[in-house]
Amino acid sequence: MAPTPLLTFILRQGDRSLVLAQRLLEYITHAPEIEEDMALSNIALDLIGQARVLYSYAGEFEGLGHDEDHFAFQRDADEFLSPVLVERPNEDFAHVIVRQFLHDAYAVPHWTHLAESSDATLAALGAKAAKEAAYHLRHSSAWVVRLGDGTEESHRRVTVALEHLWPCTEELFEVDEIDAELFSAGVSPDPSAIRTSWDTTVDRVLTEATLPRPEPPVPAVTGGLSGLHEDDFERLITVMQELARTHPGAEW
Amino acid sequence: MTEPQHRAATIVLEVEDPELPHVTIGDLGMVRSVTEGPGEVVEVVLTPTYTGCPATEQIRDDVLEALASAGHRARVEFAMSPAWTTDWITEEGRRKLREAGITPPAHLGGAVPVTIAPHSPDCPRCGSSNTRVVSEFGGTACKSSHVCNSCLEPFERFKEI
Repeated sequence: MAPTPLLTFILRQGDRSLVLAQRLLEYITHAPEIEEDMALSNIALDLIGQARVLYSYAGEFEGLGHDEDHFAFQRDADEFLSPVLVERPNEDFAHVIVRQFLHDAYAVPHWTHLAESSDATLAALGAKAAKEAAYHLRHSSAWVVRLGDGTEESHRRVTVALEHLWPCTEELFEVDEIDAELFSAGVSPDPSAIRTSWDTTVDRVLTEATLPRPEPPVPAVTGGLSGLHEDDFERLITVMQELARTHPGAEW
Repeated sequence: MTEPQHRAATIVLEVEDPELPHVTIGDLGMVRSVTEGPGEVVEVVLTPTYTGCPATEQIRDDVLEALASAGHRARVEFAMSPAWTTDWITEEGRRKLREAGITPPAHLGGAVPVTIAPHSPDCPRCGSSNTRVVSEFGGTACKSSHVCNSCLEPFERFKEI
C-alpha cells in the first residue's frame, strides 16, 4: 500500500531533521573551539527533538504500531526522504556552517508557516520549532559572515562550500503532487512564501559576508525527497542504526 | 479544586528540574493542569521546554515517582501547544536562577528575532554590564554562555524562547 500524502510529508520533515542532526553529531570534537562543539550538539539535539515528535506522529497516523525508533532505526537508506542538502558530508567547518545556514534559512520560515497548519500536531510543532530554529539561524548566519568576511583562507573555503552546496538548495522548494495536495488542504505551507523568505535571508547574509550569490544551479541536485541519495548516505545511515540493529529491542 | 487534587497539584509543582538547581517545574511554568480522572488517577499535563530536551523524560518519571510516593496513581501527558515560552517562568523561578548564578531570561513577548545580534546581560556576580557572549548555546539546551569582561568570570544565561 502506498503511503498517504500526509505520512510522506511527515516523514520528509522528520528525515530532514534527523539526517542533518546525524551529520552534525559526526562532527562533534572536530569544531574549531569547544563552544562550537557545544553549539552544534545543541542544534543537533533540537533537530532530534523535532524528528522524535514527527516520527511519533507518523506512527500514530500510520496505525501499524510503529514507534519513533522504528522510523529512525528500522528503515533502509532508500526509505529516508530527506533532501540531498542535509546529507552532504562535513568536509570541513565551512561546509558544516554553509549547509546549516542554507538549511536554517529554510527552516525558520518553514516552521513559522507550518504553525498555521490545519493539522493541530504539525501546527504545534511548527510554533515550537520556529523558536529553536531562530537561534540556529542566528548562529549559522553569524559564522557565514565571520568566515566570508574573515581571512583570505576562510573566505576561500566558505566560497568552495557555497558552490558545492548551492545546487542542492533547489530541492528544498520542489513541489510535487503531495505538496500541492497538502498545500491546498491547508496542511503544508506555501512553498513560494518560504522561498521568498529564504532568498531575502540568503541575500542579506551573503552580502554581509562579502560572498557573491552563486548562479542558479544547472542542473539542480535532487532526488532525496523520493529516497534517491548520494554515495555516502548509506554509510551514514548504517552507522546511525548500528547499535539499534545489532541489539533489536534493547532499551537504554 | 478538591482537596486531594490540590495536594496532588502541590506535589507536581514542587518537582525539581534535574538540570537546574532548586528550580521546580512549577517555577518554569511547565505545569498546564493537574486533574483527577476516572478511577482516581491523577492526570498531569506538562509543556515540554525544548523539543529535544533530554530532561523531559526524567521530569515525567520524577512527577510519577513523587505522586506515587504520596499514594497517587498518575498519568503524565505532554502538550506541545501552546508552545512553552520563557515568559512563563515565575518571579520565584527567576530569583532562584539568579541565586544559582544563571541570568534569568528577559521578557520576549513574541517570536525569537532572527536578525538581532544577541545582547549580553549584566554579570550575575559583580553586576558589571561589560560582558560578552561566548556562545548562544551552553551546557543545556536552555542556556547561553557568557564571560564578564570586568571580573573575568564565565556565567550562563537562560535564553529567551
